Amino acid sequence: MRNVNDTLIPVVGVITDIRIDTPDIKTFRVLTPDGKKPFDHRPGQCAMLSIPGVGEAMFSITSSPTNTEYMEFSIKKCGCVTDWLHAAEVGQQLTVRGPYGKPFPVDDEFAGENLLFIAGGVGLAPLRSVINYCRHYRDRYGKIDIVYGSRSKDDLLDYEEIIEEWTKDTGVDVHLTIDNPQEGWDGHVGFVPNFVKELGFETNKTAIICGPPIMIKFTLDGLVALGFEKTQIYTTLELKMKCGVGKCGRCNVGAKYVCKDGPVFRMDEISELPDEY
Amino acid sequence: MQKITRETLIEKASGLISNGTVTSVLGWKRGEFDYDITPAIFETVEEITKDFVWNDFCGANFSKYLISKTSKSEGKILVFLKPCDTYSFNQLLTEHRFDREKVYAVGIPCEGMADITKIKATVNDGIVKIDADGENLLVTTLYDDDAKVIKTSDVLAERCVNCKSKKHVAFDELLGETGEVIDSDRFDEVAKIEAMTPDERFAFWQNELSKCIRCNACRDVCPACTCEKCVFDNPQSPVENKAPTNEFEEKMFHIIRAFHVAGRCTDCGECSRVCPQNIPLHLLNRKFIKDINELYGDYQAGAEEGSRAPLVDYTLDDIEPSDAVNRRDTDA
Amino acid sequence: MLKITADKFPQMFGAINESMSLYLPVDRSDGKAEFKKWQEGDVWSDALNTERSAKDFFFPQSENLMKFKMEGKSIEVIDIRDENEDFVIFGARGCDVRSFDILDRVFLADPVDSFYKNRREHATVVSVACSRPAETCFCSSFGIDCTNPAGDVTLWREADAIYMEANTEKGDALLEKLSAFSEECDTKAVDAQKEKTAKILSKLPLKDLGTDAFGSGKTKEFFDSPLWSALSESCLGCGTCTFVCPTCQCYDIKEFNTGSEVIRYRCWDSCMYSDFTRMAHGNNRNSQVERFRQRFMHKLVYYPENNDGIFSCVGCGRCLSKCPISMNIVKVMKALGGNENA
Repeated sequence: MRNVNDTLIPVVGVITDIRIDTPDIKTFRVLTPDGKKPFDHRPGQCAMLSIPGVGEAMFSITSSPTNTEYMEFSIKKCGCVTDWLHAAEVGQQLTVRGPYGKPFPVDDEFAGENLLFIAGGVGLAPLRSVINYCRHYRDRYGKIDIVYGSRSKDDLLDYEEIIEEWTKDTGVDVHLTIDNPQEGWDGHVGFVPNFVKELGFETNKTAIICGPPIMIKFTLDGLVALGFEKTQIYTTLELKMKCGVGKCGRCNVGAKYVCKDGPVFRMDEISELPDEY
Repeated sequence: MQKITRETLIEKASGLISNGTVTSVLGWKRGEFDYDITPAIFETVEEITKDFVWNDFCGANFSKYLISKTSKSEGKILVFLKPCDTYSFNQLLTEHRFDREKVYAVGIPCEGMADITKIKATVNDGIVKIDADGENLLVTTLYDDDAKVIKTSDVLAERCVNCKSKKHVAFDELLGETGEVIDSDRFDEVAKIEAMTPDERFAFWQNELSKCIRCNACRDVCPACTCEKCVFDNPQSPVENKAPTNEFEEKMFHIIRAFHVAGRCTDCGECSRVCPQNIPLHLLNRKFIKDINELYGDYQAGAEEGSRAPLVDYTLDDIEPSDAVNRRDTDA
Repeated sequence: MLKITADKFPQMFGAINESMSLYLPVDRSDGKAEFKKWQEGDVWSDALNTERSAKDFFFPQSENLMKFKMEGKSIEVIDIRDENEDFVIFGARGCDVRSFDILDRVFLADPVDSFYKNRREHATVVSVACSRPAETCFCSSFGIDCTNPAGDVTLWREADAIYMEANTEKGDALLEKLSAFSEECDTKAVDAQKEKTAKILSKLPLKDLGTDAFGSGKTKEFFDSPLWSALSESCLGCGTCTFVCPTCQCYDIKEFNTGSEVIRYRCWDSCMYSDFTRMAHGNNRNSQVERFRQRFMHKLVYYPENNDGIFSCVGCGRCLSKCPISMNIVKVMKALGGNENA
């Protein structure tokens, strides 16, 4: 019996590095106790992290599958488990299980396409995995545009990586924005949805949006106004999850389970769902 | 059989809707059978004429619904109250739980409600029709050619067998006559349990409470359980629990709930009526009422709007805690 | 077909119990039937069905999943799974037996739930045909023949004897053990019972409850129906319907800290509860009408969409007799299906 794997039974992970990204987001590097990556995943997939006695929650895996050494999670402080993680130190063990969910179709629908990534706030976390995957296999994709915005410069996630690596790639254009003017910021100021409209992208692209629901909604409206079809737009949904494998029932919307059939959805699939996500 | 007829209630409800006194009616809606009646809001005379029902199975106490219904509705709502319902109504008013101005309360007499579980235990399943005929119920089943005749008094709900009052303690208007407070035997069963040895008593409650499935129906129907957020639903609370993890959990839930409603429970009996596992939960609450009566003098929650319950009303004559404790020791 | 006469029941139960744990419906002190582990002297209940459904056998209300030992910054995960013992569920009705199939499609779908599978694999199900259906029964609406229920063994019960037929290898193995008490017989008695029951079934008040209006692809049609609001008007938001339902399988995963270790367990949950979908940053079903709708949409539309059109209801009627406000799937189906007065 005990030699049978069960997805509900996690493995132990160790936090080997904690990076402070923004005032309320930290990125945790997780390895198994013997120094390996806990498991392989695809871009956009998630994992359940838990501290026994505190709770268990689903997080998107921020690191790219092409990173063979470790796994990273960028986590915003906003609840029981995340509060605890933010107080944790390097060397702390936690439990990990996964990977869960349907990934972004990076090797299928995305192949050969121009990609437009649009992220708001901590919404960059799940996209970072995809962006770095696409940068790794750069020749498989067309032009890459990345629009990313947050409240302030301090709230921009992975700022160093963006400036030091992403902006230096050929064929990758990064467009940053912050909500309000700030000393030491000479970039764009304004909300992401408006910025997207101002940038006026051509529709020969696949767009991938991730961020707060309100930002997704307005960005989507903007893209549709620019002439994008719903079949060209991907986003992710987030609902309460407990099991991660479509059995416990919480993330059920219509006939879909966000943990198993998502979190990645194409906009036309979302339009088919009843309006309660 | 109920003395007041369905037609009388329909006429009253339709009249009050038509003349604009109320905009909606909280009443009993007919179901698939003669006994599965659902509390419902009626807004038109047509709806009332079609689906309003009043018979020996209209046990649901509407008082608690007034909290949500009055907060949602702009207009006045008509509610029919049986004598025992009026106690819950008053108690909720005492606790300022709904807007009295938005309610038009019509008191109606009640001859006691039948318990379908008791009927089924008598005639077995397969009941397709139940007609009231004077003191009897005529029960037609799939398995008998002729209707079975059952004395209504033999299948009354427990709370009606031990009816505490036929008197309406709150109403705007009365249909039919009101009655008197009854000197009932409702504490007899409690006295029997008190007379048990501690081990017997423990075994009795263990047997009953181990049936609990923690569906929370007793709490959710209880007119005294009106917290916006129950402590048992709060994930931040160490007692939050959805399932009985061991037998102690079930005891803890029910005993704590009994403590929470002590002094406020009017003994309406809804908890036992709705329990899917037939646990006599009302006995826990009655024990508290009996103790309060014995320790602080007779008190009936809801009898009078605004009354101060003994447990929240300190007087110099109150029993000393040490005496209460000693009483418990000798009692056990 | 095998026959065992009623006087041999105690020996028969004893013989089964020798090699496997035997569970059968026994009357409780309040006269209601409940599955109970058989002990010498226990009498098989005459009740039509048990108060609680038989899903408890495979999906108990709460079960421990694993333990954790914590020391400083270290965590040890302790697998507490043990091979389940072989057991027999004796006397489950056709509706409850169908519910196992519905639960299988959730728990045995990839990735398999090993806790559920462990129990399921070790169980032998002996179903019993119904001969006295109740007015609340509507299993035929979901294609269940209560006179010929599924299971490893199908059994027909008469006052003086039982008649049995094995449907699977497990069933054969069980009947083998009873050979000392049983005799071969023809199907006359069983045919007579079936015929008699069929007459009753044709008179059941809910026999015409149709399912044609529901199923895969009906989300848009029903989700925005204005009827949900009135149907859920007096719903208390308790979990009675979900807990007595043989097919409701939503669960929560929770933890209990004993002081020396953390036990992670799962327990039944209910989509009727306000915190079922609550997250740190919001709730996608804030009102009871939304939660009420989810339960019925899941049974009548979403589940069939994912499971070859099979509905997640078996017509056992428990919710009809247990709901505190007498609101149930029959009333919902009749209202939404447009034949409220049928």
